[in-house]
Amino acid sequence: MSKIGVFVCHCGENISRTVDCARVAKASGQIRGVAVAKDYKYMCSDPGQALIKNAIKEHNLDGVVVSACSPHMHEKTFRKAVAEAGLNPFLCEMANIREHCSWVHEKEEPTTRKAIELVRLMVEKVKRNMSLEPIRVNVTKRALVIGGGVAGIQAALDIADGGHEVILVEKDPSVGGHMAQLSETFPTLDCSQCILTPKMVDVGSHPNIKLYTYSEVEKIEGFVGNFKATIRKKARSVDIDKCTGCGECQLKCPSKKIPSEFDRGLKNRTAIYIPFPQAVPARPVIDREHCIYFTKGKCKACQKVCPADAVDFEQVDEFVEEEVGGIVVATGFDLYTTEKQGPYPDYSGYGEYGYGEDPDIIDGLQFERLASASGPTGGAIQRPSDGKEPKSVVFLKCIGSRHPSKGIEFCSKICCMYTAKHTMLYKHKVHHGTAYVFYMDIRAPGKSYDEFVRRAIEEDGAVYLRGRVSRIYRSGDHLIVKGADTLSGAAVEIEADMVVLATAVMPQPGIEGLFQKLGISYDQYKFASEAHPKLRPVECATAGIFLAGACQGPKDIPESVAQASGAASKALILFSRDEMLREPVVAKVNENTCVACWYCVEVCPFKAITKKDITDRKGNLIKRVAEVNPSVCTGCGTCAATCFSNSVDLEGFTDEQIYSEINSLMAVGQDLFPELEPEKEEGGPSDEKAA
Amino acid sequence: MSESPQSETQTDGAGQPEAATSWEPRIVAFICNWCTYTGADLAGTSRMKYPPNVRVIKIPCTGRFDPLFMIKAFERGADGVLVSGCHPGDCHYTAGNYNARRKYTVFKSLLETLGMDMDRVWFSWISASEGGKWVDTIQKFTEVIREKGPFVEYREMIDVG
Repeated sequence: MSKIGVFVCHCGENISRTVDCARVAKASGQIRGVAVAKDYKYMCSDPGQALIKNAIKEHNLDGVVVSACSPHMHEKTFRKAVAEAGLNPFLCEMANIREHCSWVHEKEEPTTRKAIELVRLMVEKVKRNMSLEPIRVNVTKRALVIGGGVAGIQAALDIADGGHEVILVEKDPSVGGHMAQLSETFPTLDCSQCILTPKMVDVGSHPNIKLYTYSEVEKIEGFVGNFKATIRKKARSVDIDKCTGCGECQLKCPSKKIPSEFDRGLKNRTAIYIPFPQAVPARPVIDREHCIYFTKGKCKACQKVCPADAVDFEQVDEFVEEEVGGIVVATGFDLYTTEKQGPYPDYSGYGEYGYGEDPDIIDGLQFERLASASGPTGGAIQRPSDGKEPKSVVFLKCIGSRHPSKGIEFCSKICCMYTAKHTMLYKHKVHHGTAYVFYMDIRAPGKSYDEFVRRAIEEDGAVYLRGRVSRIYRSGDHLIVKGADTLSGAAVEIEADMVVLATAVMPQPGIEGLFQKLGISYDQYKFASEAHPKLRPVECATAGIFLAGACQGPKDIPESVAQASGAASKALILFSRDEMLREPVVAKVNENTCVACWYCVEVCPFKAITKKDITDRKGNLIKRVAEVNPSVCTGCGTCAATCFSNSVDLEGFTDEQIYSEINSLMAVGQDLFPELEPEKEEGGPSDEKAA
Repeated sequence: MSESPQSETQTDGAGQPEAATSWEPRIVAFICNWCTYTGADLAGTSRMKYPPNVRVIKIPCTGRFDPLFMIKAFERGADGVLVSGCHPGDCHYTAGNYNARRKYTVFKSLLETLGMDMDRVWFSWISASEGGKWVDTIQKFTEVIREKGPFVEYREMIDVG
C-alpha cells in the first residue's frame, strides 16, 4: 500500500484567498494510500520544507505531492528537499493549484473542488511513480570545430586554451574565411588581416589544435559526449610536410586563367596555388579541374620545378576518424548574388541591376578586394572593366535583404556599416571622387557605430540619398543609375563609374546537407537554429552541438567572436566533468513484447532509437528489438504514443500513470473514491448534493 | 459571482447526468509541458479568469498523446477533450507536435465515421507566451461543450451504463 504525503501550501494568501486549503488537505487525507496530509502557509520556505522532510521520516513515506504553485516554479526545490530526507526525488510531484486554480477562478465551491481533484490526480499518478536515477554519460573531452573563419578560430582557441584538444576542419585550403578577404574593419578601420593573421597563426601552431584544411566533414555518428566524426581530407596533390611554401610552382604553372575565389573573380590564379600570401597553412593546392596534367595528361611543370619534391599527383582523398564530445558549427556565410545562375536558386531578382553582366557592377566583398593592399590592384581603387580610377561610385544598400516579395525578409545587419566604411575607404584613396549611397535606413547600433556613419557623411563627404534604384544601365563609359531621393521628392540620375551592391548575407549554399548529417535544425533560409532565440543563442536543440558566427544569422565580427567564445564556454562546461548527468525521463522498450516494426525508430526526432539484435550464445539471431539510447533520448514520448504493441513507455509519464490520472478525474457509475463523497466531507453548505 | 451548489456528472450511480441545471461540462486538457503548460501558468500569473471546468493533465509533448487517452477520458465521463501544444515548428522536441497533428487527422476521420462527435475534441497550439489564448480557448471550448450538453451518446454507445 502506498504511503503518500500531501502538503497543501497557502502561499501566503495567493492560494488560500480563493481555495480552502485546510479542506483540500483534509479531503486529500481521506484518499486511500495517503498517509498524511498537512497544509502550511509557505511550503517552499525552510520550515515548510522541514515539515515535508520530517513527515517523510516519521511516516516512512514513499511518495510526496506538494500542492502549491506550478512545478515550473518549485519542482526542483521540493525534489531537492525530499532527496535530502532520503526519498528518491522522482517520487515527488507537484499539483498546480495556484497558476491553474486559485489565481484564475473565483472564491467559490467549484474552485476548492477543482483543487481537491487536482491533488487527487497527482496522488494517483505518484502511486505509480518509480524511483529514477540520473543517467550517466561518459564525455570525451575533445571538440570538433567545423569552419575556420574568425568564429571557428576563436572557438578553437578558447577551447584549446581551456586545456582540451580541438579538431578544426576547414573546407578551403586556408583558414581565415571572409574576414581574411576584408580590407579594413568597422568601426576602427583596423586592417583586417593584421588583426586576424596572428589568430590564424596561433590556430596553426597551437599544441591543442589539430588543423585539417582543405577537408570536410563526411559523417557524424553518436551523441553528446560521444561523437565520432569521419573527416575527408581532400587531396591537395602536395605533400605539405615536404613543401616549404616557396611558391615556385605557382610562378611556373601554365594554367593561369582561373578566376580566383579569394579575389571573387577580380583576378585570375593558377591551377596550383596558395590562396593568399598569409594563408595558414601556407601550402599550395592543385585545382584538379583546371590542372593541365589532370585534365589532359601533360605538363607537370610544378613537379619539375619544386626544390622539395613535394608535388604528388598520386595523392588521393584520405578519411580520418576523430572521437569528440562536443561540436561547434561555425560555417559562416556567403553573399546573395543576383546573377541568373546564382548559388541560391530559391531567391532571384534584381536582374535590373546587371550584376554578373557588367564588370563594373560588383558586390561588397569584391569592393573589399579592390581596397585591400593584398588584392588584385594592390589597394588602388580601379574599376574592373578598364582599370581606371572611378570618379563616382554608387553604393546600393538592401539588395535582397528586407524584401519579402523576393523571398528574403530579414535584415543582413552588416551592410549599413560596411557601406559607410566603403565610402570612407574610397574617399581616403580617391580624394576628388564622390561616393553616393542609396539607402532605406541606416542601422548602426553597435559601440561607436553611429559615430562611424556620421564620420562617413560629415567628414568624408559621402552623399546619402534616401530612396531605391530602379535601373542601372551602361551608357558608353558610364553606368547610368536611376533612383529616387524621397527626402527631397526628386528623381535622381547619376553617371557612375562603378556600382557596388550590398547584397544579402546568406548561409553557405548547400549547408543544409551538413546540418542534416549533424541532426540540427535550420530555418527557411538555412541558417542554423539556436535552442532558444533569447536565452540559448549559442547551442542547438540537439545536445552537444553549439553554434558560432554567421551560420546562425547575419552578424558582424565582434558578435561572431563573442558568440564563438560563448560556444566555447558551453563546450568547456560539457568537458568540465568526466560524466554528464541527464534527466532520467527517457523511453524504454519492453523487449518481450516488441515486434520490431521500427515505427518508433522512424518517428524519433533525435534518432535515439536503434535496432538491436538479440542472439543466443552461438551467435544465432533470436529476435530483433528496438532499443532506446538513454543518453540521446530527450523524453518527448512520441515513440510511446506510436508503438502499436504498447512496448515502448516513457519513464515519468508512463501509460499507467496517465491513465490513473484520467481515471482519478471521474468515476462514471463507480465509487472509486467513496471517501470524497460530499456527505463524508465536512465543510460549508455548498457541499450538499443537488437534487 | 456565486454559483448554485454543483455536483459532478458521476454522482448518479447509474452514470446518468444530473438535472440539466446542475450539470457542468467536464473538460480534460492534455497539455505539453513546455509551451501550453507554461502559457497556462502565464494566464495564472496574469490573474486572467476562466471557468473552472477544465482539468489539466501534463504530458511532456503532444507527441506523447495517444488517442486512447481521449477514449479513456470520454469513457470515464469527460464531455470534452482538449489537446494543446507548441506551434508547429516550435516543438521543444522538434517534431513531437507534428506527430500529434498527423495522428489527429487520422483518428478524427476514423471516429467521425463511427459516429462520434469529434467537435468535442479540440487541438490547439498555444505557446508559452500566449496566456490569453489559453483563456480564450478554455472559455470558448467550455461554452461549446455546455451547448452540446453531457456526452451521453458516447457512454451509451459503448454501453458503460
